[in-house]
Amino acid sequence: MTTNTIEKPDYNFDIVKLFTLATCFWGVVGMLGGVLIALQLAFPALNFEPYLNFGRLRPLHTSGVVFAFGGNALFATSYYIVQRTCQVRLWCDKLASFTFWGYQSFIVMAALGYVLGVTQGKEYAEPEWYADLWLTVVWVSYLLVFLGTVIKRKEPHLYVANWFFLAFIITVAVLHLGNNLSIPVELFGAKSYSVPAGVQSAMIQWWYGHNAVGFFLTAGFLGMMYYFVPKRAERPVYSYRLSIVHFWSLIFIYIWAGPHHLHYTALPGWAQTLGMTFSIMLWMPSWGGMINGVMTLSGAWHKLRKDPVLQFLIVSLAFYGMSTFEGPLMSIRAVNSLSHYTDWTVGHVHSGALGWVGFITFGCLYYLVPKLWNRSEVYSLKLVSLHLWVATFGIVLYIAAMWVSGIMQGLMWRSYNDMGFLNYSFVETVVAMHPFYIIRSLGGLMYLSGTLIMCYNFYRTIKGDVAAGEVDKDGQPRIAVNTGRTPQFQPAE
Amino acid sequence: MTDDHKKVEKDEISGVDTTGHEWDGLKELNNPLPRWWVWVFVACCVWAAWYWVVYPAWPTLAGATKGSSGYTQYDELKENQAEIIERQKAYLDKFNESSFEEVMKDPELYSFAVAGGSAAFKDNCATCHGTGAEGSKGFPNLNDDDWLWGGKVGDIYQTISYGIRSGHDEARTSQMPSFGKDAILKKEEIDSVVDYVLGLSEGKSNDKMPGYAIFQSNCAACHGEDAKGGRDFGAPNLTDSIWLYGATKEDITSSVYNAHAGVMPAWQSRLGDSTVRQLAIYVHQLGGGEKDVPKAVVETDPVIVETAPKAE
Repeated sequence: MTTNTIEKPDYNFDIVKLFTLATCFWGVVGMLGGVLIALQLAFPALNFEPYLNFGRLRPLHTSGVVFAFGGNALFATSYYIVQRTCQVRLWCDKLASFTFWGYQSFIVMAALGYVLGVTQGKEYAEPEWYADLWLTVVWVSYLLVFLGTVIKRKEPHLYVANWFFLAFIITVAVLHLGNNLSIPVELFGAKSYSVPAGVQSAMIQWWYGHNAVGFFLTAGFLGMMYYFVPKRAERPVYSYRLSIVHFWSLIFIYIWAGPHHLHYTALPGWAQTLGMTFSIMLWMPSWGGMINGVMTLSGAWHKLRKDPVLQFLIVSLAFYGMSTFEGPLMSIRAVNSLSHYTDWTVGHVHSGALGWVGFITFGCLYYLVPKLWNRSEVYSLKLVSLHLWVATFGIVLYIAAMWVSGIMQGLMWRSYNDMGFLNYSFVETVVAMHPFYIIRSLGGLMYLSGTLIMCYNFYRTIKGDVAAGEVDKDGQPRIAVNTGRTPQFQPAE
Repeated sequence: MTDDHKKVEKDEISGVDTTGHEWDGLKELNNPLPRWWVWVFVACCVWAAWYWVVYPAWPTLAGATKGSSGYTQYDELKENQAEIIERQKAYLDKFNESSFEEVMKDPELYSFAVAGGSAAFKDNCATCHGTGAEGSKGFPNLNDDDWLWGGKVGDIYQTISYGIRSGHDEARTSQMPSFGKDAILKKEEIDSVVDYVLGLSEGKSNDKMPGYAIFQSNCAACHGEDAKGGRDFGAPNLTDSIWLYGATKEDITSSVYNAHAGVMPAWQSRLGDSTVRQLAIYVHQLGGGEKDVPKAVVETDPVIVETAPKAE
């Protein structure tokens, strides 16, 4: 039943193109927001009241990068992968098209709400009830399009990437509905009140919040990894058995880990213990994805030396491994008592977000864009390499600054002198963190610059240009699509 | 699917069989789970199971399991607090029983009070008075010897305890008239009195000036005939160059026209008497504290710095 020899179906790549472009656009917007709020923390004068202050721009940044940049990347790649690995056209073009415009309008609705001060005050779930309802409609449509495609597939088995995408779509739907149970104050007003209150509300919020990381930013992006890493490396996936075991253990264990966000709070001790122990047990299931990705390169390590796209994918797995080790570590009660509420958390999130989510997305996009626009490769692989190095250096600056700042902050807070008085006041910790806030802003700025380089590279790729000195796999100079001419021939080594 | 087994092939590079499935050219190797991965996973699960036995973990119909250690976060908090309280206790009881005078004679108690006052100051007072107690417009500098309500440790204690215009019955309070807004003085009169007041700190004013008479009949009751201020009313000394609300002619005109009445909260009920006493000693030693203990004692006391009011 394999269909290698059968003529390729007429895939719906138009929708994938739209989501890909949206990914780039929102990526720049979201990261620009990040750089701005990082600068606002370092230089409070940059808060422009009331619409552009830190409090309103912070959710704009987090939603911008997680849901707008990451979400569009997941839509683009899942629609691409599910078609390719099921060997059928996406089910229902119109509904797929609706998911695009529906999702973009949700993002705009949410963003306008933030800037105007409309929020339900739940981290990563700030949009009010009207936007939540709209997102529910869009998300169910997404599930239908994806399931419809899976159901009419021509392959007998479901490829591992699709398991991860399905887990991601279904669980995010459940999380979204669970955490947004609220009663609007009036039909034509934005304000609503959460149904659960107090510690129950907090518990549901972090069940949601942690699994937004687990299923949106981990399971979904592992789905991307499982397609693009073996594709780019041109190697089989390392272990089918590992993919099964780590998939089921990951999704079973992840859903319990949320309470580690509420150590030393009103949450009962037993719930804290469960959150912490399940986080520890989650370490290996998380690493299963990294092992399967990295080991897929065994026998093809030489490709890593030359191919900056593969480098992006593999570096992302390294950051994934690092942050999924750091996460369980920080969930341990004793470690958490130092790290909680400090910049360490911010650094941890960004080693995952910039290193894993961002880099795996860039790697996938660098593979995807030439395929979608029928180019043999991107405009310039040298620019891909430049992007990789600028962004990697940016991440290192970012997370190193946050580690130092966060641990210092935590230690200053708990520092008592031998007469039993606090050594530092809160504001003294803020003063001490100031230099690190500047370093962090610089790191973020570098990361954003890398993304802009990527957007330029895609613009030239889509235009059909080829940079000077670019060669194809056989070492032959590549030919520009738009002019049909080879730019400035340079012989390959 | 049984079909798949026929498609199993050996991967040339690794020598491992594939599973026989293929999607869009993607295949999977049939490698086993890495041993170390399995063992670390098992170890984490065993550790978790042990943790569930030792700590409160699983909900049941009758509350949750307590764990063999009997741990609760409330006990942990108590233990941590006990350690801190233990450190303070070496001084605290004695401090609480001693008068200001006695504390100032005892170097150990004195440095305890300064340390406690410093910590409390940074968390409670620095918001308005600044981390270095340097003050800002409307909030007095506490490092100098210019006191609105008194600079002896007892005066400072009274101010911190009940605040200024805080609404507390014991609070220090006063109200300067709004000479312009309430039309008590004419515009020209305000102008003259401001010129007179402004000249005082520069030594340029004299009783021939038109402002002098206006000052004597309107301001001197609180600020004193010599304009050196009156602590009973919190009326500032106008002859020095310290200005709480600004030193320009516009600033002083505004003060005379509108009048100011700064507010400071009462801290006694929020921080407790012991911390307020520590704060009073801390503020007193910042630089401008005035003596209120007999001179003979002070001279033999190594701890107290020279705190007599300096000549203006």
